[in-house]
Amino acid sequence: MAMLKYRDALRLAIKEEMERDPLVFCIGEGIGERGGSYKVTDQLFKQFGPERVIDTPISEASFVGMAAGAAIVGNRPIVEVLFVDFTCLALDQVFNQAAKYRFMSGGQGSVPMVLRTQGGTGNSLAAQHSQSLEALFYHIPGLKLVMPSTPYDAKGLLKSSIRDDDPVIFIEHKLLYMTEGEVPEQEYLIPLGKADVKREGTDVTLVTYSHMTLKCLEAAERLASEGVQAEVIDLRCLVPMDKECILASVKKTGKLVIVHEACKRGGVGGDVAAMVVEDAFFDLDRPPVRVAGKNTPIPFSLNLEKLCVPSVDDIVEAVRALG
Amino acid sequence: MEEVSVDLARMMYELTLTIRRFEETAIEQYRLGNIRGYFHPYIGEEAIAVGVISALGLDDYIVSTHRGHGHAIAKGHDTRLVMAELFGKATGYCKGRGGSMHVSNLAQFNLGANGIVGGGIPLATGAAMGIRQKGSHQVVVCFFSDGACNNGVFHECLNMAAIFKLPVLYVIENNHYAVSTPVEQSTLVQDLSKRSESYGIPGLSLDGNDALQIHRAMEEPLRRARAGEGPTLIECKTYRHGGHHINDPGAYMPQEDLTRWKAHDPINVLRDHLTAAGVAEAEIETIRTRVEAGMAKAVEFAIQSPQPSEVDFLQEIASL
Repeated sequence: MAMLKYRDALRLAIKEEMERDPLVFCIGEGIGERGGSYKVTDQLFKQFGPERVIDTPISEASFVGMAAGAAIVGNRPIVEVLFVDFTCLALDQVFNQAAKYRFMSGGQGSVPMVLRTQGGTGNSLAAQHSQSLEALFYHIPGLKLVMPSTPYDAKGLLKSSIRDDDPVIFIEHKLLYMTEGEVPEQEYLIPLGKADVKREGTDVTLVTYSHMTLKCLEAAERLASEGVQAEVIDLRCLVPMDKECILASVKKTGKLVIVHEACKRGGVGGDVAAMVVEDAFFDLDRPPVRVAGKNTPIPFSLNLEKLCVPSVDDIVEAVRALG
Repeated sequence: MEEVSVDLARMMYELTLTIRRFEETAIEQYRLGNIRGYFHPYIGEEAIAVGVISALGLDDYIVSTHRGHGHAIAKGHDTRLVMAELFGKATGYCKGRGGSMHVSNLAQFNLGANGIVGGGIPLATGAAMGIRQKGSHQVVVCFFSDGACNNGVFHECLNMAAIFKLPVLYVIENNHYAVSTPVEQSTLVQDLSKRSESYGIPGLSLDGNDALQIHRAMEEPLRRARAGEGPTLIECKTYRHGGHHINDPGAYMPQEDLTRWKAHDPINVLRDHLTAAGVAEAEIETIRTRVEAGMAKAVEFAIQSPQPSEVDFLQEIASL
């Protein structure tokens, strides 16, 4: 085991897959000699050269589409979009091309690409650099959607994503890059579609993902000191989603609180709540509750930014209010 | 300049006629209710598909547009399976999942038609990048319209293909209309190939109704691409014989323009070349008969083919 930063775990995943498979390559802005804005691709240029770590001009719509095109002819590109906010520039290529190619071709072709990006608040980067846009990708059939919260998950899931034959949207969180965690020295993969129970409990189910996982764990600690044992489920993968894990937990606890940073309106939490109500209504002792971002663009001032996304207090309060 | 052999001209004539008769036959089937949705006939533009694709290797890729039947046929697709796809049948190339605007055949290196104007340009550019990474000498030909030249990805992709020296040929099918907007209205510079200068790559404008000229003009762009010297922008000027799609009467197209372009029909250009080369009228008639027989077979095959299985479909999408 080694203690690795989240960003270093991601880099190792990419490095290992590029060593293993000559068809894997990286493409994006500033990822070559500069090593990427968050340093995830640091040193990869030195090892693999400009043919496999490709710096592009500021042309998101096209270089994301190029990744899809290269994938269709058999390569395995990892395309990096600096901020999830900028993926909006490339949505035709993601939604209308990559997500649909396998289907429209009647299964003749597939698009084994990974689109890596990052989102979330926390650094006073304001409205156009702080969004959580996973709900957009969640809604489009043909895409897989992965959002790891720990270095261990990040590495195992990124390797699986690179090996997956379908387009995977891999959303990191800007506040997670420098967090540390244990990562095995030997190779491992985490299959897509499996949630992780990060903390077991019997009194309430907290379903969450990405950076909010850390806040839920902190909330669970506080709740434990009040005698409430919270079970924290880190979804890790939103599409495909581990429904069975959620339902098994709700059967045990009877109470569901869904926590995500993205705006409440149209957020993934609504879909999870509806699914549990449809499939496990009689397991629930209380209505499901969502603790989510406020429906607003993210303001610049730090004190206002903090108000916009769930805090540990908000999560604890929501559980207490369930009674 | 390489002369086109009589054999090649014969093949190109048959192919051009096949595309024309396929589109006309499919329009009849559409009117009968056997084909639904959007249908954008390639009638009048056949020389571009045939002229370009006849110069390619079998394993060179093409990326097509919403007006993609001509490219598919020029690539050698079985007209029965193309017709079946238009009918939405299980035996179509895309099992009825794609239809007219998304016909593809990867086995013959056709990455497919595309329902988004310009949508195929990044795909083609990326395919070229992928090919180059694999060390292959294949090329990608990207077809798109005058309309697509004003889309953002056109500019981004030409720039990137230029700086990365990608093995891709960008072919503008300038049929003078983006749906109903004439190119004179949407652009100040009428020779669209001049845009190549902005990206530091060669550009050329051709008579899009002369398949032979187009075929000959492909030599240098292909050499360049395969040698790793990068892309070329090739503009083929042509004209639709009808509206944008099957239900568009094209009222905005001046009659005198249509008449002038129809007098320069790509099929006649090739037929006249064959006659001048000494090919007998009887032989040309044999070709026509063969093409007609092929059309009858294509329609019969499509009509006889089953609908896609609903059970299979529901099972297929359960994991999405």
